[in-house]
Amino acid sequence: MKKNKILVLREGINSTFQDLGRNNFYHIGLPFSGAMDKRNYLIANKLVGNKRNEAVIEFAYQGPLLKIEDGNVNFAISGDIKFNIKKNGKLITGDCYKNYNLSKGDEVDIISTNNSVYGYFAVSGGFDIKNNFGSFSTHVRSNVGANNGNKIQKNEKFFIKDFKVKVASKSLKYMNSKIEYIRILKGTNFDYFFEQSIKEFTSKEFLVSKLSDRMGMRLEGPKIKNFKETNIRSEGLLKGVIQVPADGNPIIMLSDHGTIGGYPKIGVVISADYDRLVQTPPGKKIKFELIELKEAEKLYKLYQMETENLLSQI
Amino acid sequence: MIKNISNLGDAALYCDFGNEVNQKTNTEVIKYFENIKYLKIKGINNLTPSYNKLIISFDLNIINFKELKKKIEDINIPEKYIKKDHKIIKIPTCCDDEFALDIERLSSKLKLTKKEILEKYLNKEYFCYMTGFIAGMPFLGDIDKKIRLERLETPRVKVPKGAVGITEQFTNIYTFESPGGWNILGSTPIKIFDQKNEKQPILINPGDRVLFYEINKKEYIKLNEKE
Repeated sequence: MKKNKILVLREGINSTFQDLGRNNFYHIGLPFSGAMDKRNYLIANKLVGNKRNEAVIEFAYQGPLLKIEDGNVNFAISGDIKFNIKKNGKLITGDCYKNYNLSKGDEVDIISTNNSVYGYFAVSGGFDIKNNFGSFSTHVRSNVGANNGNKIQKNEKFFIKDFKVKVASKSLKYMNSKIEYIRILKGTNFDYFFEQSIKEFTSKEFLVSKLSDRMGMRLEGPKIKNFKETNIRSEGLLKGVIQVPADGNPIIMLSDHGTIGGYPKIGVVISADYDRLVQTPPGKKIKFELIELKEAEKLYKLYQMETENLLSQI
Repeated sequence: MIKNISNLGDAALYCDFGNEVNQKTNTEVIKYFENIKYLKIKGINNLTPSYNKLIISFDLNIINFKELKKKIEDINIPEKYIKKDHKIIKIPTCCDDEFALDIERLSSKLKLTKKEILEKYLNKEYFCYMTGFIAGMPFLGDIDKKIRLERLETPRVKVPKGAVGITEQFTNIYTFESPGGWNILGSTPIKIFDQKNEKQPILINPGDRVLFYEINKKEYIKLNEKE
């Protein structure tokens, strides 16, 4: 009999199950999905002793309020998150990057993200949920993934797989780095744009608009002007691709993007900067820096080494 | 043949098959897509074929642009390439006014009656160039030259699930409710994408042929209940 069970008392703003993402289905229209901030996702799992690709709850801006209905739960939260724990009726201020043990009747209240967008709630053993197309990642738009492809709802209950009740205490000293520049490579339609626009694109600040979610990030700033063609033949997209529609406001494709699109691509965010990009909340400004492929590859190696180094400290 | 391979970001190859959008070019794209899929090259994590492009994304931890570009350039596509059996799929479509949201716009812009538009559109075989944007959405063509029209000036925020639309030389089916700007002339009750069927999730694959035939509202409701 499974008995570790949590109840959702408040669902939060955009709470979904996510893992490392879904490969090999772009050609039927299913994007990669997966945890937006991969580094924080990996850290959350490591803190509770899970394997790398165990599904966790990802939330945006405000997280869920969860109650332990039965059994025990050992959890950790990663990101820059304000949360409280109610344990044996006592209220404790929670710390990120640290695991906690809760029992029946205890609660976790994930209040908000600080100056960032996404946070991760991982439990030892992992959630007992169903995968779909080889991944637990939820893609709400096509109802694919865990929880029948839906966001987590109020009053839903989730079982947690068995785990060793005595999980060692783990923690990590980590500061989420603030962004200065988002580095990009030239897109395949880079030469569709006026020189002046390219100059502004790579030197001026752009505001992250409120119309941003797991699908895309819309930017406002100097209008990027196109002299060739404001529509191209529809073709594949990837996360990180920056499209510029006729109105001149760039849109960055994020993990749940439509797999095909027909706007010119001015640039692509490098893989090493993706985690930091997605954590930039609406109202903040970002700047782009154009670099070369070789450099992007080097920066990715560095990012990867840093991530592994952090994981090895847990 | 691939005319040019460039990078799209640091973790994808952008293979260009030329500017022409026709079945010949697209068949080349599909050929490469199916062969590369079959070869299971280590590091590739997604393939996105479209009209005249193939995007190959890869895991930067396993392979890089230069290495994978070399591998793709060295692939020999055999004359008898590995391919699926391409089917002919018949799609029941109700074109009653309540579903044909843009029939009046089409009628006035094309200077054709509703009957004439449907006569030119229905019961013709269309080629599936690609699937995507939203799960399972097929991009089909080419439609009769006399019924070609550009997208709506202001796209709809919500196109209903099942809507059948046309724009330029193409026609498609909205497999989910979605924003969109195609001219809608009917609706199908048939399920095009089935998330429960992981082996065969999509009804229409690139290379397949699709034919739309008209059904009345009564048949539409009956089929809708079955799905």
